[in-house]
Amino acid sequence: MAVTASPERDIVATPMQRATREALYAGAIALGLFVLFIGLKTDQNISNELILVQRWGLLAIVVVLTMAGRFLYVAYGQPFLANQKIVDVATGLLPESVATRFFRLPYFLAAIVTVAVLVFLAGPLDGLLGPGLAGYARFLRALAIIYALASVLFYFRTFIHAHFSALGITALTLYPVIVVLVLALYGGSVAAGFQGSLKWVDNFGIQILIYVMLAWGLNIVVGLAGLLDLGYVAFYAVGAYAYALLGTHYGLSFWILLPAAGAMAAFWGVMLGFPVLRLRGDYLAIVTLAFGEIIRLVIINWREVTNGSAGISGIPKVSFFGLISFNVSDPNYIAKVFDIATSSAYYKIFLYYLILGLCLLTAFVTIRLRRMPVGRAWEALREDEIACRSLGINTTTTKLTAFATGAMFGGFAGSFFAARQGFVSPESFIFLESAIILAIVVLGGMGSLVGIAVAAMVMIGGTEVLRELDFLKQVFGPDFTPELYRMLLFGMAMVIVMLWKPRGFVGSREPTAFLKESRAVAGSFTKEGHG
Amino acid sequence: MSDVSSIQKANPGMNDAILQVEHLSMKFGGLVAIGDLSFQARRGEITALIGPNGAGKTTVFNCITGFYKPSEGMLTLNRRDGSSYLLERLPNHEIPARAKVARTFQNIRLFSGMTLLENLLVAQHNKLMKASGYTILGLFGFSGYRKASAESIDLARHWLEKADLVDRADDPAGDLPYGAQRRLEIARAMCTGPELLCLDEPAAGLNPKESMALNALLMDIKDNTGTSILLIEHDMAVVMQISDHVVVLEYGRKISDGSPQAVRTDPRVIAAYLGVEDEDVETVLTEVGDEDVIEQLDTGPDSAHGPGTSSSYLAGPVTDTVGHSEGERVTVSKGASKAEQVDARSSAAASKAASPAAAKQPSAAKSSAAKPATKAPVKPKTPGASNRRGGRK
Repeated sequence: MAVTASPERDIVATPMQRATREALYAGAIALGLFVLFIGLKTDQNISNELILVQRWGLLAIVVVLTMAGRFLYVAYGQPFLANQKIVDVATGLLPESVATRFFRLPYFLAAIVTVAVLVFLAGPLDGLLGPGLAGYARFLRALAIIYALASVLFYFRTFIHAHFSALGITALTLYPVIVVLVLALYGGSVAAGFQGSLKWVDNFGIQILIYVMLAWGLNIVVGLAGLLDLGYVAFYAVGAYAYALLGTHYGLSFWILLPAAGAMAAFWGVMLGFPVLRLRGDYLAIVTLAFGEIIRLVIINWREVTNGSAGISGIPKVSFFGLISFNVSDPNYIAKVFDIATSSAYYKIFLYYLILGLCLLTAFVTIRLRRMPVGRAWEALREDEIACRSLGINTTTTKLTAFATGAMFGGFAGSFFAARQGFVSPESFIFLESAIILAIVVLGGMGSLVGIAVAAMVMIGGTEVLRELDFLKQVFGPDFTPELYRMLLFGMAMVIVMLWKPRGFVGSREPTAFLKESRAVAGSFTKEGHG
Repeated sequence: MSDVSSIQKANPGMNDAILQVEHLSMKFGGLVAIGDLSFQARRGEITALIGPNGAGKTTVFNCITGFYKPSEGMLTLNRRDGSSYLLERLPNHEIPARAKVARTFQNIRLFSGMTLLENLLVAQHNKLMKASGYTILGLFGFSGYRKASAESIDLARHWLEKADLVDRADDPAGDLPYGAQRRLEIARAMCTGPELLCLDEPAAGLNPKESMALNALLMDIKDNTGTSILLIEHDMAVVMQISDHVVVLEYGRKISDGSPQAVRTDPRVIAAYLGVEDEDVETVLTEVGDEDVIEQLDTGPDSAHGPGTSSSYLAGPVTDTVGHSEGERVTVSKGASKAEQVDARSSAAASKAASPAAAKQPSAAKSSAAKPATKAPVKPKTPGASNRRGGRK
């Protein structure tokens, strides 16, 4: 767009003139594009008739913003970038990266001061600003906190990179403690700390870790063995229903049903694996997709057992190995055992550590399996199936073990999900879930545990953060619900990340054995597998 | 497999043939890629399988290593411990695992995203699977597995040293230059502990120095491990230097079998393929008395087919009409099967009686069945005839 057709005019035109012209073009394009999207809206009136709502004001705002953006970019942004290049060359130093320009000590200090002011003067400021502006203030505060944290991470980036796993596990272990402490300090009492931690531990912590576990399970099938599985949610459903049915009907404990659910999901993994062994690539993807739908439809229609679309409720809670219960009525309820105030947060924190433990188990098993002959055979299968057969590897059993192992972890996650929700219904196991899990695996970098964990955090945490952006209601009106846009943002994020890092966040793979030194294998050498 | 006894034949006493190929045929629809091929590869020797492009060498390999199931025939592998396996009955992956046949591929098939060491460890999969108690014991870190794992790394190091790749052990296989990838593929095959090593054009694309190193590696394998080698190769320097026994294929049939010297002087082989420059082919064929070539010489060689290094390049789609003795006109491709021509000339001289008998046959197909002198793609008069012709190729 910035390229002008005739070079003569380019010489004559100053940046200002060019910017004005391009801003007009951009405005015209935006007007043409948005006149139907934004300018007109269909709605229902009080007597249920379809009416056309005209929103010319909003359209004008969008168009003007587009023009202003284009104008600023051409008039100031482009000359600045061009100048900066010349300066970099002239000074002969290594050009500063965008990141080093973005994270600077003065900015960091400014952010800290902003946070401090906004936190300590929150009460008076709210009164001063009124509810609308207070929303913006809170948003500004959140931005400043994020910036300050990002600066710290950036400053210690080499250290973090070197000890990522250890730091990550420590941070995850301490996360509920820190949340409770911070909120207790902020709220002024321990009870408030526990009560406030519900959202952070449950909606963020547990939710993300469930997806981390699912994605790590799918990673065995897709990332290591290179078998594209679009129906992974089926195993999640098998695990969830296994726990829900056996738990409600027979009253069996979670700790018995967890392995049982895993075994059942693994069994169905083998069931799916057998017929699809001959299929590769697209065909395999289609069959696994269909398998996922079959499981969901069976759950919906087998009413006598699964209670159909209504789902199963009253699923028993997990206990701490039968010693400590989280049911208020039980004699060994945690608050009675430790003689503390009753709170629902204990159960959530317990569940958080449970899913964290399950995740670590998944990671541990995956890391161990990769160094075992079967794990190497999975990766070899992804690289070249024919060569595998020429080396005497039974590709049938190798694929089946990959399916079964991946499914088993899906089953574990499913039974945990049922225990956490206390309610399961087929709506939780739609194709979109499979797609999200697969997207996390691809986005994180196939085969990389760290990359996948980061991707799950960004994707699931990101969509949860959207719920927090209440101030957007001030801008777009009270009907605006940011979380409805999460799939749009999800898709945009995927496109951007895939363009920027086609092999995912962590594209390289760690060798499973080495003679002298372990060097990561660049992503360009590894293959994605053909099914 | 459950019926081990049917796959393992009774030990036929002292057997110095590691691989016996008997009446092997491979048909793809109407196309006969291999027709009634029989040969033996002797234990501790390097047997070379040569022939022009499209002769069916790789198909033979694919039959031996189980990637194809032969249409007919028997492939017997006699292991050192006396057991024998019928390869055509074993599933694909059990041929390397149980019959101890390893192979390499014409288009290199390495695990390019894995390091050299990992490539060689994958090759020891079955051994390590057993040692790890099918993963379960290994998962809990039993010492038996750790020992086996260390041994497998030692074996991998041994073969990396042999292949002169030990310095690059921790690099991805896809990062290696072409010649090194060829050596790595051989090292990987050797890590399966094979008794018969099948190499599909190991010297293709190698420079003379790399070719020499390859020869040394193969001789080393033969002398020090007792592994027998079956080799497909176009590089005659390699074949003549290292092989003990050469089998020549052309159009899916064996045209010669013997020591390198014997094969080298076999006129049929010379005509078909071997070490003959384009200009020499004409001389040879003239000596042998090929009328077609003499006739073609008058019109000059076909330059459209580019500079060829062997006579097989002359076998182009040059069609001509050849007058038969009975006045029938059959369109043929000139020089498609040089060996058959040689055969035909000698047999025609020996048995004049066969020709007139064939001449009385009304169809072209029948006449060609009796007289193997007519060659490659005949434009048939009837659809049935085309099948019969195809069936003979």
